[in-house]
Amino acid sequence: MSGAQVSRAQASGFVLSHLDALESEAVHIFREVAGEFERPVILFSGGKDSIVMLHLALKAFTPTAIPFSLLHVDTGHNFPEVLEYRDRVVAAHGLRLHVASVQEYIDRGALRERPDGTRNPLQTVPLTERIQAERFDAVFGGGRRDEEKARAKERVFSLRDEFSQWDPRRQRPELWNLYNGRHAPGEHVRVFPLSNWTELDVWQYISREGIELPEIYFAHYREVFRRGGMWLTAGEWGGPRADEAVEKRRVRYRTVGDMSCTGAVDSDAGTLDAVIAQIAASRLTERGATRADDRMSEAAMEDRKREGYF
Amino acid sequence: MTSTIDTAVTIDTLRFATAGSVDDGKSTLVGRLLHDSKSILTDQLEAVERVSASRGQDTPDLALLTDGLRAEREQGITIDVAYRYFATPKRRFILADTPGHVQYTRNMVTGASTADLAIVLVDARNGVVEQTRRHAAVAALLRVPHVVLAVNKMDLVGYEEERFDRIVAEFAAYAEELGGGLGCGLGSGSSGGSGGGVDGGSGVAGFTPVPVSALVGDNVVDPSTHMDWYGGPVLLDHLENVSVAVGGDSADAPARFPVQYVIRHGEVRHYAGQLVSGSLRVGDRVTVQPSGETSEITGIDVLGTAARVAYAPQSISVSLADQRDFSRGDMLTAGADAPALTQDVHASVCHLTDRPLRVGDRVLVKHTTRTVKAVVKDLGGAAELAANDLGRITLRTAEPLALDDYAVSRRTGAFLLVDPADGSTLTAGMAEVNSPV
Repeated sequence: MSGAQVSRAQASGFVLSHLDALESEAVHIFREVAGEFERPVILFSGGKDSIVMLHLALKAFTPTAIPFSLLHVDTGHNFPEVLEYRDRVVAAHGLRLHVASVQEYIDRGALRERPDGTRNPLQTVPLTERIQAERFDAVFGGGRRDEEKARAKERVFSLRDEFSQWDPRRQRPELWNLYNGRHAPGEHVRVFPLSNWTELDVWQYISREGIELPEIYFAHYREVFRRGGMWLTAGEWGGPRADEAVEKRRVRYRTVGDMSCTGAVDSDAGTLDAVIAQIAASRLTERGATRADDRMSEAAMEDRKREGYF
Repeated sequence: MTSTIDTAVTIDTLRFATAGSVDDGKSTLVGRLLHDSKSILTDQLEAVERVSASRGQDTPDLALLTDGLRAEREQGITIDVAYRYFATPKRRFILADTPGHVQYTRNMVTGASTADLAIVLVDARNGVVEQTRRHAAVAALLRVPHVVLAVNKMDLVGYEEERFDRIVAEFAAYAEELGGGLGCGLGSGSSGGSGGGVDGGSGVAGFTPVPVSALVGDNVVDPSTHMDWYGGPVLLDHLENVSVAVGGDSADAPARFPVQYVIRHGEVRHYAGQLVSGSLRVGDRVTVQPSGETSEITGIDVLGTAARVAYAPQSISVSLADQRDFSRGDMLTAGADAPALTQDVHASVCHLTDRPLRVGDRVLVKHTTRTVKAVVKDLGGAAELAANDLGRITLRTAEPLALDDYAVSRRTGAFLLVDPADGSTLTAGMAEVNSPV
C-alpha cells in the first residue's frame, strides 16, 4: 500500500507503541506456556525484571489468578528490602512461593562457600534440584538478550536437560513466533518472555504501568565500600575486609542480586523519571556496571548458563 | 513524565537481519552501524579492546561484539543468530545478526522469519556470488518485506560507479528470476522520501542498493565524501525511514485469532490469544475453524481493559455469545477471505536439522496454536531433504488446518515440522494455498 493510503486502524487513531508491542509479545509467550505445559513456575528474585514478569503474567490471565507458582533461589545474602517486597507481593496476589535456599545447602555441607564469598554461582544446584523435585516443566526467567553477549544467543524457549545444562551449539531453531516446547520427561524448558526488552524498555514500562519496586532501586544513603571498581554493601555476608574502608554514599542499584557481587552506582535519582533519565544517558551496560560475577572471564555468563544458571 | 520519554515510548521498531559471510565484512558493517550510531557502551567497547589487544590486533575487532559464544570467538565466525538492540531518535532496532555460510542457512532463515528488512551484503571486488544468490533466495522465500543490497568495500574498488551499477544490475536480474518474491512482502517499500531507486512498487525487484565501505564508514551512518555520483540514502537513513507493518497495516487484513488458552471465569469463557491479523469488534460474526461453527463476539478485553475493538498484533481475550466449548488450537476468523481448510498441505520448506527428512516420515505440524499429526507424502520429487536444503513438500495431515498462503500472511501461513519422538524442530514450512505444487 502506498504512503497515501491510511489503514483502518490508523484512520481510527490506533497507535501501538513499542511498549504495547513488547507487552503483547510477552503475554503471548505466557499464554503459550499455560497452554502447553503442566507445571510452569516463575523465577522471582524481587529484581525489576522478575517484577515486570509477574506483572505481565497477572495481566495475561486477568480476571483470574495466574496458573503458575513462584520460585525464589535465596542466596542468604539478600537485601532485606527485597525480601520484604517479595513477601508483600506474594500475599497481595495470593501466590504460592517456593524458596530454594543456598544457605541450607551450605549448612548441611552440600555446597561449599567460595573463597571470594560470592554466592551467585552457588545458586545453580539448589535451582536445578528444586526444578527436579517439583517436576517443573517450564521455568520463566527474566533474562534479556540485551544484557550480555551469551544471552544475545538465547532462545525464547530454551531446552534444558535433566541437569539443567544449556548447550548453545544444539539450540532449536526458533522461527516466527512458533515456540517449540516439547521435551522428554526430566527435561524442562527455560522461557524468557522479556527476551526482546532492553533495560530502558523495562524502566519505561514500570513507569507507564505504575509498578512498585523495592526502595533500593532509588537513590538512598548506604554504608558501602569499594571492591573491583564497584560499591558493595557492608554486611554480614563478609564485606568489607580490613583493608577496605567503609563510607556512607548516596547510591542506587541498577540490578538486584546476591549482595556479595551486586554493586551500587552513585546516584541522586530518587524518582522513576530521574532513574530513566540516568539510564538513557548511561554509557555503561547494567551488568558491566554492577555485576562482579560477569567480570570473571570473557565467557563467564556462557559458562554459568551451560551449567544451568538462569 | 518528561516529553523526551513520551517520544521514546511512541516510536516504532524495525526488525532487520543481516546476511553475508565474514569475508564480506558483515561483522564490520554491524559493528560500524552500532559504533557510529553510538549504540556501543563504554564497558562493551573496553572489553572488545582488551580481547583484541591480547590477540595482538591494533584496532578493536568489532565482530567480537556480536560473536558471543566461546566457539565463535575461537573460530572467528558467526555460528548462531545474535540479537542486538539499539535505537536512534527516530526508531528502535532489533538486529538479527546471522551467519552467512551455506551450512548455517537455517540460522539465516531463523533471523529472516521475523525480519521486516534484510541486508544482503556483497564484496564489491567479487560482485554477486553463489552465496549472494542464496541469501536473496532466502529473503524471497521468507517474504522479508524489504531488502537492501549493501555493496561493501567500495574503497577497495576506487569508489567506482560503474562497478556498483554492474553489481546492482546483476542482482536485479537474479531478483527477477526469483519471481517477485524479493522485497515484495508488503508492496511498495520506501517511505519518508528516502527514494531508494530500485525499491518501490515497480513490481519487478524490490530492493534498495547502497554502496558502502564499512571499514572506512562511507554511507553507513555518515554520507560518503568519495561517491558524489550516489544520490540515494545512506544505510541508517534508509533503516530509519523504511515503512514497517506495525499493527496498522496488518490490521486491514482479514481477522485471524488463534485461541491460545481458555480463561474460565465463573460461567464465562474468555478466549485468550494474540490477534495475528485484522481487527475484531464487539458484535462481529466470527467463524471458528476448523469446526466451521459461527458465533458473535460479545466482549473484548485488552489485558484488563474492556474494549469495543482490537487490532493486530494485540494480545486480547474475547467472549462469545454461545457457551460452546472452543479450545486451544481453534481459530476465530472474520471477513470475506476465509482461510483454506485442508488436510493436503503444499509448501516451500527449509530443512533445519542434520537428520534428513524423508518421504514417508511421520511428523507433527505446528501451525499457530494447533499441532496435528502428518505424513510426508512428497518432497518435490526428491527422496530426502538434508540440513539447510530449500525445497517443496506435500503433507497429509490427520486433521484439517486453517491455512493462509504464506505470501498473504507470514503468521497464519507458516508452520514447523516437529519430530514426534524427541520433540526437535525439523523443518520450517511456508504454505502455498493458491498455487498447489
